[in-house]
Amino acid sequence: MKKLTHPFKTHGGAHVPHHKNTGHLESVFMPIPQTVVIPMSQHIGAPCKPVVKRGDHVYVGQVVGETTGFVCAPVHASISGKVKEIKQIMLTGGQMIDSVVIESDGLMEMHPDIKAPAEVKTKADLAKIALDSGLVGLGGAGFPAHVKLNIPEGRKIDTLVINAAECEPYVTCDHREALENGKNVMKGICEVKKILDIDRVVIGVEDNKPDAIAELSRLAEETGDSSIEVMSLHAMYPQGAEKILIQAATGRCVETGKLPSDVGCVVMNIGSVSFLDSYMENGIPLIKKRITVDGSAIKNPMNVIVPVGTLIKDVVEFTGGYKSEPKKIIMGGPMMGVAITSDEIPVIKQNNGILCFDEKEAKLDEPSDCIRCGKCVQACPMSLIPTNLEKYSILGKARELIDLDIMTCMECGCCSFTCPAGRRIVQSIRLGKSVVRKAGAK
Amino acid sequence: MEKLIVSSSPHFNSKTTTSTIMRDVLIALTPAAIASIIYFGLDALILIIVSVGSCVLCEYVSRKVMKRKQTIGDLSAVVTGLLLAFNMPASVSPIIVAFGAVIAIVVVKQMFGGIGQNFVNPALTARIVLMNSFPSKMTAWTTTFDGITTATPLGILGEGTGETLPTYFEMFIGNRAGCLGETCILALLIGGIYLVVRKIISPVIPVTYMATAFIFSALLGRDPIMDLLAGGLVLGAVFMATDYATSPIHTKARVVFAIGCGIMTILIREFASLPEGVSYSIMIMNILVPLIERVVKVKPFGFVKKSKEATK
Repeated sequence: MKKLTHPFKTHGGAHVPHHKNTGHLESVFMPIPQTVVIPMSQHIGAPCKPVVKRGDHVYVGQVVGETTGFVCAPVHASISGKVKEIKQIMLTGGQMIDSVVIESDGLMEMHPDIKAPAEVKTKADLAKIALDSGLVGLGGAGFPAHVKLNIPEGRKIDTLVINAAECEPYVTCDHREALENGKNVMKGICEVKKILDIDRVVIGVEDNKPDAIAELSRLAEETGDSSIEVMSLHAMYPQGAEKILIQAATGRCVETGKLPSDVGCVVMNIGSVSFLDSYMENGIPLIKKRITVDGSAIKNPMNVIVPVGTLIKDVVEFTGGYKSEPKKIIMGGPMMGVAITSDEIPVIKQNNGILCFDEKEAKLDEPSDCIRCGKCVQACPMSLIPTNLEKYSILGKARELIDLDIMTCMECGCCSFTCPAGRRIVQSIRLGKSVVRKAGAK
Repeated sequence: MEKLIVSSSPHFNSKTTTSTIMRDVLIALTPAAIASIIYFGLDALILIIVSVGSCVLCEYVSRKVMKRKQTIGDLSAVVTGLLLAFNMPASVSPIIVAFGAVIAIVVVKQMFGGIGQNFVNPALTARIVLMNSFPSKMTAWTTTFDGITTATPLGILGEGTGETLPTYFEMFIGNRAGCLGETCILALLIGGIYLVVRKIISPVIPVTYMATAFIFSALLGRDPIMDLLAGGLVLGAVFMATDYATSPIHTKARVVFAIGCGIMTILIREFASLPEGVSYSIMIMNILVPLIERVVKVKPFGFVKKSKEATK
């Protein structure tokens, strides 16, 4: 086997418990649900505009939401059937978003126009198919892929970093992607590499997934391309954070306010490249998603492939339901995921986990006074001083917060996780950021 | 479905809490406590019990009086109590120790807001107050095992009393006159290694402190090994200078802090009228911590120098 690439040194991080209970389980396809709810905002940026109306018949893969701006990705129907209504629902962020409710006709008829796109030759072609496919960053942030791939003329990208670190506890969809769709992943990588004229590809995987590392190394070797390297990362949250991963892969540091392309890198999630490859093959847009269902309140933890828009309660029911009364439901991983108010929220494109915690697991330590142990300082991957940021955030001091570079914080949560006093450090920092924004607006 | 808990991420806590940290510190102090009881007998045991007991009592009463949440459960008062006892000669009266506990917990710790808020080390400050209030009682050193009045090795050196010095090995295993907890270097190092392995403290402060003291002592033509083994340097470097509340929070500032402690310790031992300088040097550096943190800064990841415009 080819030698694995050794990562560059990165600062900080936290040893979070892995809880990768579903990594060895084959993903299961969920049968078509009765109804799906497709929100017009499944990405960072402007929400889409619904282009279907009540009573319309829609096919699988038909565009139901058009883009309204550059930073925006279209949404497609994930099942065929009738548009029942267009209603506003509350998404995880608390915003009310128009959503298309589709009632299934059980046929899963493909839209007749769906066919493999013409051969992708140029950078513009690649950005175009990324846009048409509705691809967003599948790592969790949901940044529209075509924006990322829209590299300004004259800027050389020399490194493609594939993010398969999956540092969030519980979540194993990237792990399964590597094992189940490794071929697509590798083909996708080769395509992107060719089109963007990239010199080196680094696939970053945390070392708690030895089988994924072995599989990807084998496939990388099969391509015969020695510039595709697999990098075994020390399993230390947050290795999958974009800037940290770039540093681990290339030793380059993305300055505050700059983009990965400024240091010659493009970072893509392993699921995103794999999807791009299958889109080039068959032209089916992003309408299904692998999602890890786990947590102490779940009877049978597993990875399920679900149509986008399936309600969480339907997904949970399909896996076998709750083991005990859930006290907290999280979209995403426990470190950066969002706690939601009910299980009647749909799965959207960038979701990769549904975690249901029982009472015991949902309980957090009662906060006590800061003992200045400095664990948060050691854990902060951004080398900030979280305890001071927390203090000034609570006091609402914008000036001091700016001096402490509050905006560099990426809210990974290492500080709150490690805090022995159980203080809600990053939670306060989020408030502090709004204090700074308000002060800046004045 | 009942109401779900909605909170901002992360939804996880590590298992380390304030009380598990303090418990680890207590475990690390145990070898030295056992050594002190072996060398100084029942006197040491009584002092330790009185000191810990009165510290916990002071903490309980002051929290009660100030109508604040009770914090004796975090065990920090027990740690302070043990460290205070470690800073006492075996011959001292338990009442003096209890008075020290009041200084440490009520005056230094609780009056400044409790755990994490005190700006000087409570046990050290209590020791300094007691040294100035009861100078003769606080320097009534006794020999190990039989309790005959004698001088500490540093006292012998500094005042030239002519008594024979213990050998390096005797000092390393703690068979010499001195404060309860400072004598057995072996036990202190075991505790220190335990704390580093358990990631309770980083080795930066103890190692820098001891190395600076060693080098500076050699530069001044003193006996550097003697300076490390005699007196409270190891106790101070491992358990006092690393106190969370009163040491800098990041590594760069910790190095500056520890170098300052090391140099000041040797300066006091060489030039001041006191034979021992660990307590004063750590306390002075404690006071300088906010200043050090202001001057010595860490650059955040991807730091870009702010233009004059932006900082306005």
